Amino acid sequence: MTMAEAIERFVPDGSTVAMGTSLEPLIPFAAGHELIRQRRRDLELVGPISDALFDQLIGAGCVRRVAAAWVGNVSEGLGHCYRRACEQGVPNAIEVYDHSNFSISLALWAAAWNVPSLPTRTLLGSDILRTNPTLSIGFGMVHVGAVRPDIAIVHVQRADAEGRAHAWGPLGITEEAGLAAGVVIITCEELVDDSVTLSDPNRILFPETKVLAVVHEPGGAHPSPVQGHFKRDHAFYAGYAEQSRTADGFAEWLERWVLDVPDRATYLERVDVDSLRIHHHQYSAPADFGDE
Amino acid sequence: MSNGAYTEQELMVAVASREIRDGDVVFVGMRLPILAYAVAISTHAPNARGLFEVGLMRDRPAGAFLGTMGDPPNVAGALWATRMSNVMALMAQGQVDLGFIGGAEVDRFGNLNTSYVGDPAKPKVKLPGSGGGADIAILSRRWVTLMNHERRRLVERVSFVTSPGYGDGSPGWRKRNGILGGGPVAIITTLCVLRFPEGGGEAYVATVHPGHTVDEVREHTGWPVQIDPGVRETAPPTEAELSAVRSRTA
Repeated sequence: MTMAEAIERFVPDGSTVAMGTSLEPLIPFAAGHELIRQRRRDLELVGPISDALFDQLIGAGCVRRVAAAWVGNVSEGLGHCYRRACEQGVPNAIEVYDHSNFSISLALWAAAWNVPSLPTRTLLGSDILRTNPTLSIGFGMVHVGAVRPDIAIVHVQRADAEGRAHAWGPLGITEEAGLAAGVVIITCEELVDDSVTLSDPNRILFPETKVLAVVHEPGGAHPSPVQGHFKRDHAFYAGYAEQSRTADGFAEWLERWVLDVPDRATYLERVDVDSLRIHHHQYSAPADFGDE
Repeated sequence: MSNGAYTEQELMVAVASREIRDGDVVFVGMRLPILAYAVAISTHAPNARGLFEVGLMRDRPAGAFLGTMGDPPNVAGALWATRMSNVMALMAQGQVDLGFIGGAEVDRFGNLNTSYVGDPAKPKVKLPGSGGGADIAILSRRWVTLMNHERRRLVERVSFVTSPGYGDGSPGWRKRNGILGGGPVAIITTLCVLRFPEGGGEAYVATVHPGHTVDEVREHTGWPVQIDPGVRETAPPTEAELSAVRSRTA
């Protein structure tokens, strides 16, 4: 399925969408850009430390609410579109449900386990308890209300057509986001035969029953890194930080990198992909699943 | 700024590295703390382990420049690549000895604000948020923050407590709030090192960096800051510390 089709069919206006769940790597930028091109509105974004993708979606006017631990530009600092939305209502005011990294993880595990909340000791004494209505205190503990995304969009190194996805490297809150979500869209660097994925079932992220669509989208995480495939494009983040300082600068950025490109393949023609590609591979030892 | 022999940042990194004890499990973070971890490993704390909320544990710094903790060089050679909640489990059990937290504002009781300047309903500045900062402040055994020493950053009381230090500074504030972790032990700034009394409370100036004065610290601090009667000069970076930090930044 193409990215355009997947977003068109499965992510309507008003959806609650978890993205960027591995924190800095494997961010599904291609999917986010398609949401912008299709002019999605009133989305609620769910994430941990979310890199520039959330900032871009907010700047493009796609977002009604954010439930996240951090919104900005990880290597560069502040998220300028996030600031404009929160401080000036530009392009539209957004609601912010502040979390910490731990509490957003717990909110998703609560939804994954189908309970209204989970208790924790984190956030005791933090003013985040005052601004996020889904957090409460009782019996000396913080109770983190469940956050149930309609959809989680997850970029991985490889997947098969049935939705069995292999990702490696740090996973952040990816597993709980996928289990909590109603459905999952996988975007992948490599679309592989199921003999590859099923050879290592421990590495499969989600039950295939959760996965609604698989989109083969090489380079779909640029400028974020993909272990074994791409380094992080630090200069691209720096350029975005600089250009997005003003609303006009952001509009120009959006035109060039999102609105003016029909798809990811065209986008990648504008990037020096070869300089980012990882050439020195380090393969893990295979695990023996022998049974007789 | 440099006095010729080393830069302000190199001094801060060296001072931060001395907070790491051999064998510590350290929630590292990025930028200066990651350099501090590298310096500690190659000098006095070769057995310190670094933990990253993205879901990584390491026993040595990455072999190449990192823009973020999730960059491929930080994953290659890791001791553990996992999900965030597993890393948080260690911290919730009190098994993280030391954390580093960045902040936009810190107050006299060590509370950090990384969320809102001004009224949260209509903020003057919306800062990025907690990230893992609040978790580290509450659950790690002790923590340290590094900051540019400016009046607008070292304030009387932060308007929003993202990551709690010693709250309102009253005795036992953390315990009364159910917080298990020990709280901040140092604020390392561009001018000095502030520390806290045993059991918490109000920050005081423990050492002033070479080339700076107590008066200068007072002038740039947003409250009438207490000075340790035995205040000394911050020990400058040693040769070993400098060569370790320079080998990472060259």
